[in-house]
Amino acid sequence: MKSWIAALGLACVTLLGGCGKDDAAKQAAPAAADSVPNPLRVATEGAYPPYNMVDASGNLVGFEIDMMKDICRRMKVECQFVATAWDGMIPALQAGRFDVVVAGMSITEERLQAVDFSDGYTTTPAYLVSANSNPLQKEDYGVPKVDLSNMSPESQAALDKLRGLLKGKVMGVQTATIHANFAEKYLGDVVDLRRYDTQEQLALDMQSGRIEVGLADAVTWNAFLQRPEGRDYSFFGPGFDGGLFGRGQGVALVKGRTALKTALNSAIKEMKADGTMKTMSVQWFGFDTSMP
Amino acid sequence: MDMILSSLPSLASGAWLTLQLVALSLALGLLLSVGVALARLSGSVLLRAPAVAFIFLFRSTPLLVQIFLIFYGAGQFVAVRDSFLWPVLREPYWCAIIALTLNNAAYTGEILRGGIQAVSFGQIEAARALGMHRLLLFRRIVLPQAFRQILPAYGNEMIQMVQATSLASTITLMELTGAARAVASRSFQPVEMFVIAGLFYLAMNFAIAQAVRWGEKRLAHAG
Repeated sequence: MKSWIAALGLACVTLLGGCGKDDAAKQAAPAAADSVPNPLRVATEGAYPPYNMVDASGNLVGFEIDMMKDICRRMKVECQFVATAWDGMIPALQAGRFDVVVAGMSITEERLQAVDFSDGYTTTPAYLVSANSNPLQKEDYGVPKVDLSNMSPESQAALDKLRGLLKGKVMGVQTATIHANFAEKYLGDVVDLRRYDTQEQLALDMQSGRIEVGLADAVTWNAFLQRPEGRDYSFFGPGFDGGLFGRGQGVALVKGRTALKTALNSAIKEMKADGTMKTMSVQWFGFDTSMP
Repeated sequence: MDMILSSLPSLASGAWLTLQLVALSLALGLLLSVGVALARLSGSVLLRAPAVAFIFLFRSTPLLVQIFLIFYGAGQFVAVRDSFLWPVLREPYWCAIIALTLNNAAYTGEILRGGIQAVSFGQIEAARALGMHRLLLFRRIVLPQAFRQILPAYGNEMIQMVQATSLASTITLMELTGAARAVASRSFQPVEMFVIAGLFYLAMNFAIAQAVRWGEKRLAHAG
């Protein structure tokens, strides 16, 4: 009887041990099988125009969709797009649910600790937006742009002035973005911060008047400001980049997939060199956002 | 480990917001449900029909849809934005309370109706024979017995309510789930954060389950 129990216990241990090893093997697999997967599973959000969005018939469209199709063509693999909620993307990427994330994701120090990135393909500053009638629009902030990695006294003065003016105001950001991080770090103690799941919900609540100010990427704002309902809103204050805003947007992938990273980088380099990136950028954003 | 420790304050403040949402919407929902149950049982169609419609509407649509409609829907209409309701409806906090309360009142109303109908007619006849008028009869005889009847089912409803508050994170409220999501998105450690959030929920629901058990015992003695 006892030996029977012992045998069972041993079997359990062996089984568990086996499972553990199996897991380790699975996790190590991407690094070991260092090649460009075909088809390449690409995660995107589908709610971040004009980077990626869903058109009237439900298809994923946008700058990044076109760019990624071109990258896949250059890498000679098939692209398989998966629309995924924004705030679980990095953990899902780490868990191997897809090979890359292409979702207007900025390359930041924090994210680099968790995943790897290709070279940046676009870069756009962050801007604040409010209604045209808001007194914030009429203020003079001194500088057109604040580079957080290189703060001049004028930049600091602009930021301080902004902090004073925004005191007690309700401000919206998209959850889990660098804009949310910036708002928490630089404005978190003065504003009432609201976090939205998508940029569209943020814009909707700005129209309803629940939030007075929003912070997001200049390009994302343009998509809203150019719509009829966005006519009554404009940028104000300086644009922000550098520092925790990172080094432009890149394709995220699991660490250690050198072959995939190299292939992505050479495709992106080619697209920059032959002007494809610029053409696509002008087509979707209305101006050149591509990185040198 | 550092990450977990540093996340605790924001998770704790999330848990506090969750508690507020649960307590307020349960209290308001219970009050409203008495009215719903009575209207549902009323002999007058004018009272009964709206109650039936209300229960049908709020039990047959997902709570998430109700929250979205109240929050984003209300903000769409200039008439609403200009009305006296806007100071309340512009706050995500009150929108969540309203949606949770109405949803809870629909379910609890039906549970309570069953409880009221289960009170034996003999008791009502006896009370009438003693000369109790309708309000006193309802307050002293029917309602206490109905509550004892429905306590197990209502305990279920309360526990469901605790879980339901997690949907408030979709309208910018940083309650427990929202806080856990925000921390997870910064640390990229969703498993740890959601395990901690889960433990908070477990503790809350354990307290509710204990309270219900205690209530059942007490009321059983009283009866």
